[in-house]
Amino acid sequence: MPTPSPDPRPTEPETVIRLVGVEKIYRMGESEVRALDGVSLDIARGRFLAVMGSSGSGKSTLMNLLGCLDRPTAGCYTLEGCDMAGLDDNALSNIRLRRIGFIFQSFNLIPQLTVRENIELPLFYLGQESAASTKRAEKLAELVGLSGRLDHRPAQLSGGQQQRVAIARALVNDPAIILADEPTGNLDSKTGRQIMDLLTQCNADGKTIVMVTHEPRIAAYAHTRLFMSDGRVDRVEEGG
Amino acid sequence: MFNSHGWRNLQLGIKDLMLHKLRSFLTMLGVIFGVASVIAMLAVGEGASRQALEQIRRLGSNNIILTSVKPMADEGGQPQKNSYMSVYGLLEDDYLRICETIQEVKRVVPVRLIRKMATLGARNLELRVVGTTPDWFSLVSRPVLAGRVLNDSDTDQSSMVCVLTERGARRLLATESALGQKIRLGGSVFEVIGIVASAESSGGSLQAPDQSVDVYIPLNASLSRYGRRIAYRSSGSRDLEQVELHQILVEVTGERHVEEVALAVEAMLQRFHKKPDYKISVPLTLLRQAEATKRTFNIVLGSIAGISLLVGGIGIMNIMLASVTERTREIGIRRAIGARRSQIIMQFLIETVVLSGMGGVIGIGVGFIIPLAISWLSGMPTQVPLYGLALSFGISVLIGIVFGLYPAIRAANLHPIEALRHE
Repeated sequence: MPTPSPDPRPTEPETVIRLVGVEKIYRMGESEVRALDGVSLDIARGRFLAVMGSSGSGKSTLMNLLGCLDRPTAGCYTLEGCDMAGLDDNALSNIRLRRIGFIFQSFNLIPQLTVRENIELPLFYLGQESAASTKRAEKLAELVGLSGRLDHRPAQLSGGQQQRVAIARALVNDPAIILADEPTGNLDSKTGRQIMDLLTQCNADGKTIVMVTHEPRIAAYAHTRLFMSDGRVDRVEEGG
Repeated sequence: MFNSHGWRNLQLGIKDLMLHKLRSFLTMLGVIFGVASVIAMLAVGEGASRQALEQIRRLGSNNIILTSVKPMADEGGQPQKNSYMSVYGLLEDDYLRICETIQEVKRVVPVRLIRKMATLGARNLELRVVGTTPDWFSLVSRPVLAGRVLNDSDTDQSSMVCVLTERGARRLLATESALGQKIRLGGSVFEVIGIVASAESSGGSLQAPDQSVDVYIPLNASLSRYGRRIAYRSSGSRDLEQVELHQILVEVTGERHVEEVALAVEAMLQRFHKKPDYKISVPLTLLRQAEATKRTFNIVLGSIAGISLLVGGIGIMNIMLASVTERTREIGIRRAIGARRSQIIMQFLIETVVLSGMGGVIGIGVGFIIPLAISWLSGMPTQVPLYGLALSFGISVLIGIVFGLYPAIRAANLHPIEALRHE
C-alpha cells in the first residue's frame, strides 16, 4: 500500500505551522484531563518561538503534537500546508523523518552508536547511500564543532558535546522545523549559552525553531514567547 | 530492503549482540544443541544407508544366500549318542530342487568348502577349496587373468582341474608359470587351468561369497575325491561332519522377486529338512534393517533436536523481550527520529536472526563432532550429508524469524512518547 506522501508545495508560503482549535484530552479511567484546550497558532517560516509555562500547562503535549508523535483529539494541524489529520503511522513517521528535527533535554543519543552513526541515523532510515551520508554527517559535525570526535561514543562526551551531536542529528535531514524541548535544561549556563548560540545560528540559516523552556534568559533568544497555562495560550510576547 | 541498508542493519545487529557476548552465547546454546542434533541425526542416517548399500553391493541385491548351519545339539545339549558324526546342512538335492522348481531364478550356484593343504614342490599353503559349478564365475564376476575358468564339461566329467585366485597363485607358484602346473590338494592332484582376480576384501563379511585366497574345483570332483565326510581336528578331539553343500547362492531375475523367491525357497527347505540346519540371508533385508536403525536414531535425535530448538527459540524470544524492555528508550528515540514500525521490526528481527544463525553455525561445528563420537563409541558408520548443512542453517534462521517476530512487533508497537519517557 503506497503511503500518501504529504504535498511538499506550501499553500501559504509564510506559514509553516498552523494550529486551529487543537484539543488534546487524556482519559484516566473516569476522569478526563484536558491537556490542550483549544490552541490556535500560526508560526511563520524562519521564526524562533519559545513556549513557556509551568509544568502541567500543556507545553509538552503541544510539542508532541507539533512533532507528530501524537494526534490531537480535536482541531486541525497543518504543517507546511499539509493536514496531519487522518495520516497513518507510516506517514507520520515519514514527516518526522523529513520535516522535523528533535532536540531533547536529555540529548537522547543512542549509546552504542558512535557520534558519526548517531548523526547519520536519520539518513539511514531514509535509506540513503552510505558514502554520501558519511560526508553529510562529517559536514554537520564540523558545523557543531565536533570534527575530532566522530568515532567517540556519547558516554565519552560532555553534556554540551552530546547536545551538539543531537543538534547535528536534528539538522542532517534538512528539516523544515526544529523542535527543542528544554535543550539547555541539563547543561550549565555557559554550555547552555553555547548551545543557544548554535540554535540562533541555525535560525539565522532559515530554520524555524520551536523551543520549550522555563528559563526566561533562554527564552530571550527567541523572537516570540508564548506563555501557556491550563492547556491554553495565555499571552504572546514579541521581540527578542 | 536487503541492499546496503540491510547490510548496515546486519552490522549494527552484530554490534549490539557483541555488547553482551556471554548473554548472546548462552542464548544461542539451545539452537546450538538443536542444530547439532539435526546434523548428528542426518549423519547417522546417511551412514547407515551407505553401509547397507555397500553390503548389498558386495553381496548382490538380487542374491539369496543359503548357508549350512550346524544345528544346536538337539538332545539336551548332549553330543549325539549313536553317531560320532554330525550330518547336517544343505544337500545337492536341495540345489537340484531349487533349479527345477522355483520360478524367477536366474542361476543357482552350489558351494562346497573344504580346507586343504595345497602343495607344489616344497611350498605349502592352506587353501579354501571351493567345489562349485561354472555359474560361480558368472555370479561373482571376477576378471579372468590367465587360462580359462571351469566349464560344463569339467562338471560332467569331474575333471581334475582347478582355478586359482591371483593372490593364492602368487604365494603358491611364486615365479613359476601358472598354467599347466599340477598342484596337490590334500590327497589329489589337480591341474591349474586358469587364474582369476582376487576378491577385494577377504572375509569382511561372513556372507561374502568369495575370499581372496581360494581354489576352485568342479563340485563333482570335490564330492567324489574328498567324500561327503569332512574331518576337523580341533584341540585334540576329532570331529566328523557330513555336509554336502556349505552354501547355495541363488540369483533372482529381478530385485522385486527377491523376497517371494526367498519365501519359496524357505518353504521348500522346511519340507525336506527336519532340523533348522540352514540359514537364509537376503542382502535386501539388510537395507530394511538399516532403515529400521535409521528410524530409531531419527526418532531419538529428532526429538532431542525438536525440543532443543523449541527451548532455544523460547530462550531467544525471552532474551529479545528483555532486550526490547531494556532498549525501550532507544526505540523511542528511533521512532521520534522517523523510523517506521517496519524498520524497527527489521532491526530486531535481524538481530534475532543473527543470534540464531550464529548458533546454527556453531551448532554445525558441534554437529560434526557428535557423529564422530557415535562412530567411535558404537562403531556405526556416520557421514554428514552436505544438504544437512544447508538444512540446519535454514532451520536456525527460521527459528530466529519465528521467535523473533513477536518481540520485534512488540518493540515496533511501543508508543514513541511513552518509550521516550522510559528510564
